[in-house]
Amino acid sequence: MTEQNTSADTLIRLSAAQLSEKLRAGEVTAVEVTQAYLDRIAAVDGQVNAFLHVNAGEALAVAAEVDAIRAAGGAEAEALHQLAGVPIAVKDLIVTIGQPTTAGSKILEGWHSPYDATVVERLRAAKMPILGKTNLDEFAMGSSTEHSAYGPTRNPWDLDRIPGGSGGGSAAAVAAFEAPLALGTDTGGSIRQPGAVTGTVGVKPTYGSVSRYGAIAMASSLDQIGPVTRTVLDSALLHQVIGGHDPRDSTSLPEPLEDLVAAAKTGNVEGLRIGIIKELHGEGYQAGVENRFNDALELLKEAGAEIVEVSCPNFQYALGAYYLIMPSEASSNLAKFDGVRYGLRVLPEDGPMTIERVMGATRAAGFGDEVKRRIILGTYALSAGYYDAYYGSAQKVRTLVQRDFEAAFAQADVLISPTAPTTAFPLGEKLDDPLAMYLNDVATIPANLAGVPGLSLPGGLADEDGLPVGIQLLAPAREDARLYRVGAVLESLLEAKWGGPLLAQAPDLAAAAAETLETQEAK
Amino acid sequence: MNTDAVLSFDEAMEKYDPVLGFEVHVELNTKTKMFSSAPNVFGDEPNTNVNEVDLGMPGVLPVVNRTAIESSIKIGLALNCKIAESCRFARKQYFYPDTPKNFQTSQYDEPIAYDGYLDVELEDGTVFRVEIERAHMEEDAGKLTHMGGATGRIQGADFSLVDYNRAGVPLVEIVTKPIEGAGSRAPELAKAYVAAVREIVKNLGVSDAKMERGNVRCDANVSLRPHGRERFGIRSETKNVNSLRAVEHAVRYEIQRHAAVLDSGEPVIQETRHWHEDTRTTTSGRAKSDADDYRYFPEPDLVPVVASREWVEQIRATLPEPPAERRKRLKADWGYSDLEFRDVVNAGVLDEIEETIAAGATASVARKWWMGEIVGRAKAADVDPGQLGVEAATVVELSRMVEAGKINNKMASQVLDGVLAGEGTPEEIVEKRGLAVVSDDGPLLEAIDAALAAQPDVAEKIRGGKMQAIGAIVGGVMKATRGQADAGRVKELILEKLGVSV
Amino acid sequence: MAAINRDDVAHLARLAHIEMSAEELDRMAGELAVIVDSVKSVSEAAGDDVPATSHPIPLTNVFRDDVVGHTFTAKQALSGAPDSDENRFKVPAILDEA
Repeated sequence: MTEQNTSADTLIRLSAAQLSEKLRAGEVTAVEVTQAYLDRIAAVDGQVNAFLHVNAGEALAVAAEVDAIRAAGGAEAEALHQLAGVPIAVKDLIVTIGQPTTAGSKILEGWHSPYDATVVERLRAAKMPILGKTNLDEFAMGSSTEHSAYGPTRNPWDLDRIPGGSGGGSAAAVAAFEAPLALGTDTGGSIRQPGAVTGTVGVKPTYGSVSRYGAIAMASSLDQIGPVTRTVLDSALLHQVIGGHDPRDSTSLPEPLEDLVAAAKTGNVEGLRIGIIKELHGEGYQAGVENRFNDALELLKEAGAEIVEVSCPNFQYALGAYYLIMPSEASSNLAKFDGVRYGLRVLPEDGPMTIERVMGATRAAGFGDEVKRRIILGTYALSAGYYDAYYGSAQKVRTLVQRDFEAAFAQADVLISPTAPTTAFPLGEKLDDPLAMYLNDVATIPANLAGVPGLSLPGGLADEDGLPVGIQLLAPAREDARLYRVGAVLESLLEAKWGGPLLAQAPDLAAAAAETLETQEAK
Repeated sequence: MNTDAVLSFDEAMEKYDPVLGFEVHVELNTKTKMFSSAPNVFGDEPNTNVNEVDLGMPGVLPVVNRTAIESSIKIGLALNCKIAESCRFARKQYFYPDTPKNFQTSQYDEPIAYDGYLDVELEDGTVFRVEIERAHMEEDAGKLTHMGGATGRIQGADFSLVDYNRAGVPLVEIVTKPIEGAGSRAPELAKAYVAAVREIVKNLGVSDAKMERGNVRCDANVSLRPHGRERFGIRSETKNVNSLRAVEHAVRYEIQRHAAVLDSGEPVIQETRHWHEDTRTTTSGRAKSDADDYRYFPEPDLVPVVASREWVEQIRATLPEPPAERRKRLKADWGYSDLEFRDVVNAGVLDEIEETIAAGATASVARKWWMGEIVGRAKAADVDPGQLGVEAATVVELSRMVEAGKINNKMASQVLDGVLAGEGTPEEIVEKRGLAVVSDDGPLLEAIDAALAAQPDVAEKIRGGKMQAIGAIVGGVMKATRGQADAGRVKELILEKLGVSV
Repeated sequence: MAAINRDDVAHLARLAHIEMSAEELDRMAGELAVIVDSVKSVSEAAGDDVPATSHPIPLTNVFRDDVVGHTFTAKQALSGAPDSDENRFKVPAILDEA
């Protein structure tokens, strides 16, 4: 044990970059840090339900290994990755050896992957303890994490509200100080929208910047793994660990990553042209969201950025195109879950016991309603006679959306919009209205269609409900570094205004937990 | 079991004109699979040549095997096809337990090769041009074994077992355009076409091309129309036709069956038929519920293949000599007469003879063995000669034993029977069956003396250089030794005795 | 564009191998009709001259060398299997002939 007297509560509130410095300076040990997070999970996750599986034993073992290497010194200690010993949570859509991977679905309950995702291999190579697997909408299909087969995750800002989705577990874990870092996946906003509604930072990298190998596919041409963190610099640090070419992913970009950490550290917006997308704010956006968005613009302007307005007229078709392409690809990607090779097998209750019926019964019992909805929709969009009108047309809209981005980036270096049209809505509010749920992704979807990178960072609290608002930055494909450069500046301007990180204003879950416990005991 | 009526082939031909079409699947002999780095090896323990990709595990992604692409381009070029400047893979979607992802990664509207032709030579030397529609890349499925039924067939099975070793093995599917005008030679053309494709891919070195192992598999489409009508009839697609003889028989059978159906006034049903080698008939196949809607869409996990003209030309430069040219060359090299060579080609033992010569036999010895001994046995066993199980090395070993005087030709034939009966190597069989020729010169010299003494006039002729006369003396010696003598050695000893040098 | 009805959903559910009860079919038909209606503008958005985009970032010719990599043992391959026999995955009968 070190003589450091940093309390566990202080420790868990440090950013990954700060933890990394303390670890390297020998002020804390990796075991202390990991244990502090495990304790925090034990204390508050009963309320939040961010984790589907906690990986305490392995996480502590990895932490102990880091401490031993560091204690021994020498070349091996020198070679330790900057984030060695900094714990991380992994969205349960990403496969891991030694822990279950469920994708939030009953169809994979109890399944253990015999292989690691590329990003997990890279976390292991960096010796980052994996705290566990986080909750999500089943197969990442949803914007609220209510479609998880294992119960909803709750928003640490208000436990009666949704944490966003599909990656509500990762965002809530980071927001509730249950992890300093997490991995998410973003197909139509599943990293950025949860980031927005939980007051955290989330990045969807350029398509191909991070390997998809081992991320259970929803829509292959849209999916992208990315960082979920509390600061822009932490996202850059994590992106740098998981990103870069992977020969196992044919769509992986061949070129090496830019130095994203340097970009986050040398932020500057002076003379930068920042484009407001006309179609992605105003009507349909909550007033408090709009206000915080305007505040951000003001700050950027004051810092020397030039604010321009751009128009992306084809974005009006983006949501529709997304809800054709995504279910089409998903219907195909999810065909493999049939009760033959792994996962659930359910026998039909009556009638002939053929493999066809067993597949049908397995998929009927194993998939939730939203997954079934999307599979049927995708099957429809690809079926004979409809392909051209649906899937084919949607792929053309994709071209139009790309052209809109090209035109916009000719006028602006980065684009800016609110991340989500509203703050976190109450649990259950949109569960029976799929279309209303889908509208949450209206501002995040264009980036997935075009493959361009997007970053969401906290923009403050909405006046009407005191809940976090997200600001989204978008950059041209392969220009992820720009997001970190601009994001870091905006973050520091905002934090200066707030007098500290936004999450410092979040309710004290540990106290709430203690209170709940007392109430329960009183009963 | 099968009660389909058939017309005689001659009657069918009198009334109808057959139109054929073939889909030939060629398994490539790459070291690894089409989209995964697991080994592409036949015959290993079940589910050991697999990794997470072949099993369709959650989260996996495919990566294309460069060699498989090059092999596909080679096949396209050898079939005189155009090679697509750019092509993509697509997902063909259907649920079946041998298909790990419940879709097959294939090519749909963008095949790598298209618009080609193949000139097929029939037995009498007639050349028939078969137009090639396309050759596209795809992956093989796993292997299902049906258990609990009496026959091992899907019908009547209680359950099935799946081995995914073959899942993901690279395939090139070669699709012909409709083949018209073959008339009564349709069955013969069918066999010759598949043989030609097999020969080409083997010659290219891109496939092991063993039909008995499923390296080359043929689906044969047959339809009939009344003579003089242009519109095609309704076709059947016969699957699982996995030998050259079976291709011929299946096409012949389907022509006869279709003719009977048409004669009865019923419409032919468009369906899949299964070929049964045992009864030489087809039966109606299962109706695939998804058959009419595969929901193809471009495979998002793979990027387009762009075959630059430079790359195509580089590959073209590596192509081996085409089979037709090869045949011309082999005929000259081996010194066979026209008739001898055509017999060899028609018997389907060109490759086997080439292998045998490569293994150390002379051209005439190789031909003598294959045409004289093995082809007849194959006919009797009702299999293709190559499938009988005779290795080139065995033929060479047998011929060497004969040349060495260890056994004579008659014995060698018996040894070959032993090899086919699985009794062991030729050497072991000679030992076991006690077939060694009399090799002690003592008794032979006695017999030679006796034979020469009995025919002094013949001995004189030999001394005078009339070598053909030696047969009479040899015959006498063989008679005296009841065939146990080595004729070659006898000849040598006679010449020695008479002081004749050759 | 055609509306989606209950029979369509039943057909699609068969294609997708998901057994659905009568109530489920009714509910799904209603929900899908609304969703399909909301996306129909997509088919009118782009003219014939607009090419389709299947991959957001255009890459070509991503290949792997033909070199053997790792494999599973049969035990590993079958580790998650609902049923197996003789080192193979066991599935119920394919045809209904019982």
